[in-house]
Amino acid sequence: MSRKPLLDIKNLNVHYITHEGTTKAINDLNLALYPGETLGLVGETGAGKTTTALSMMQLVPDPPGKIISGEILYHDQDLTKLSEHELRKIRGNQISMIFQDPMTSLNPIMTVGDQIREGILLHQKVDMATATKRASDMLEVVGIPMERYNEYPHQFSGGMKQRVVIAIALSCNPEILIADEPTTALDVTIQAQVLQLMENLKKDFNTSMLMITHDLGVVANVCDHVAIMYAGTVIEHAEKHMLYRTPKHPYTQGLFGSIPNVEENVDRLKPIMGLMPDPTNLPTGCTFHPRCPHAMDICQVEFPRITRLNDEHWVRCHLYSADEEVSHE
Amino acid sequence: MLRYIARRLLLLIPVILGVALITFTMLYFSPGDPAQMTLGEQAGAEQLEQFRELHGLNDGFFVRFFNYVKNAVLHQDLGLSYRNRQSVFAEVALRFPTTLKLAGLGVLVAVAMGIPIGIISATKQYSLFDSISMIFALVGVSMPNFWQGMLMIIFFSVYLGWFPPSGFTNFNQMVLPSLTIGTSTAAIITRMTRSSMLEVIRQDYIRTARAKGQKESKVITKHALGNAMIPIVTVIGLQFGYLLGGAVLTESIFAIPGVGRLMVDAIKMKDFPIVQGGVLFIAVTFSLVNLIVDILYAFLDPRVRSQYR
Repeated sequence: MSRKPLLDIKNLNVHYITHEGTTKAINDLNLALYPGETLGLVGETGAGKTTTALSMMQLVPDPPGKIISGEILYHDQDLTKLSEHELRKIRGNQISMIFQDPMTSLNPIMTVGDQIREGILLHQKVDMATATKRASDMLEVVGIPMERYNEYPHQFSGGMKQRVVIAIALSCNPEILIADEPTTALDVTIQAQVLQLMENLKKDFNTSMLMITHDLGVVANVCDHVAIMYAGTVIEHAEKHMLYRTPKHPYTQGLFGSIPNVEENVDRLKPIMGLMPDPTNLPTGCTFHPRCPHAMDICQVEFPRITRLNDEHWVRCHLYSADEEVSHE
Repeated sequence: MLRYIARRLLLLIPVILGVALITFTMLYFSPGDPAQMTLGEQAGAEQLEQFRELHGLNDGFFVRFFNYVKNAVLHQDLGLSYRNRQSVFAEVALRFPTTLKLAGLGVLVAVAMGIPIGIISATKQYSLFDSISMIFALVGVSMPNFWQGMLMIIFFSVYLGWFPPSGFTNFNQMVLPSLTIGTSTAAIITRMTRSSMLEVIRQDYIRTARAKGQKESKVITKHALGNAMIPIVTVIGLQFGYLLGGAVLTESIFAIPGVGRLMVDAIKMKDFPIVQGGVLFIAVTFSLVNLIVDILYAFLDPRVRSQYR
């Protein structure tokens, strides 16, 4: 490994503990985000993408959520061990997050300008007038005229709200931007605009980005690295081109296989057979084995370790652990 | 906004006319002869006839109602009390501030207790504090007002001697009645605040505020409370109206000279003009409080504000 990751998640386990039982949302998850890069975190609904993001912010709702074990390393400090006070200095300042649904992510009774200014006032030592100026500038940056500073969220369309959310997230020039399905709730035409905007801003502000999505098209457009998530763990982590050219994990192969090809005339789509496992009752061994076309005996017993195929590509699958050297976690 | 307020004030006219008609009709059909009740058993036929003539009791229903409204509108005259021939308007107006003060203090007590307790309960849901305050809230709504008042007199006036058991002129005298009248409302406001806050703090924008690095206390006061206030304000407004009408029992227990007691005495004596006047005063105040609540909505919620433009 030549470069040092900016954010490095090691063997993270997050459980939601309720009276009905324990939901194992995140299981031995490993993830690395490198400076200046965009990492795509891809997975089905319920794979634990949002919980992963919230863990990075240390905002997993507790109760019922608990970080059981693991490390989230950022600038040589473990975010899971920081005090609330220290975390508040990081949140919104060094690590920001764009949430999934812009319709509900803004406070309906505060002007959009004030909502942007709030973060600036919290993290930058500036007076009210300067903060107001910076908040207005941020509005312009995301393509909203600053005259609309004093308007309320209900006066904005969905795409505009998402721009405001982006402005809030970028207002303090964070090192890491976590975007949790930022375009899922938007129209396709607006999606492209918002993605382009984020891509440009990421370059301008020199931000590293974690792009959470279930849209492989988005990943192909904006990401440098991709992590594929299944049942609360990253099963494959690779440089984008490597992943698209040579997907290793059977689940990843299945994902790419399930994208219909416009040029081929197919009668049936090719889904991955079976359903995501119930996170309160995960299969033993590799969580994907019940759906895996290549399942072996060992898959039912042992949770696969990370197999490094090269510097930019690793996979959690027993198919590869036999012939490659096993990395020591 | 001003146009909205003007429209709402105009709407008060049919509301008040309606209230007047309903009370008038109910009193008209209630059994018993006011003349006989007022003048006593030994009054002669001539005296009774004189009384009826003076108060216009010989006229028909519609004529009487029309005259009543006409006098009320043109001369602010709500008739004369049967008993002491005083102006009803003056009699009620004299006592109304006391009732208003009692209800107002009750609401104040309720808000001062209910909102903070509700907020803490919501932020520490299922904690010991939450359970205890919810039990108290349950007791608070369930306990009849008059019974609580009497218990408080026994405990705080008779045993401890901290507060006087009657009157309503100085601060010490106001403590027990205000607590008595405010308790059930406090309980209702506590529960409303708790549930409203619980709903709001699960919203995405609260998570956004936390993600900005805002302090939890600020997240609650700045982002959550404002949004949670709308249903709470509704309940406060309704409760104020309820307390105005419900002050009767508290006023009787603590011997407070308010509209409630005046009306109860008037009902016993069939002194209809007083009853009618008291109801009208309360109805008008209730309507005004409702208007204030609606204006507060606009103040609290920009979405409502933009509808009024």
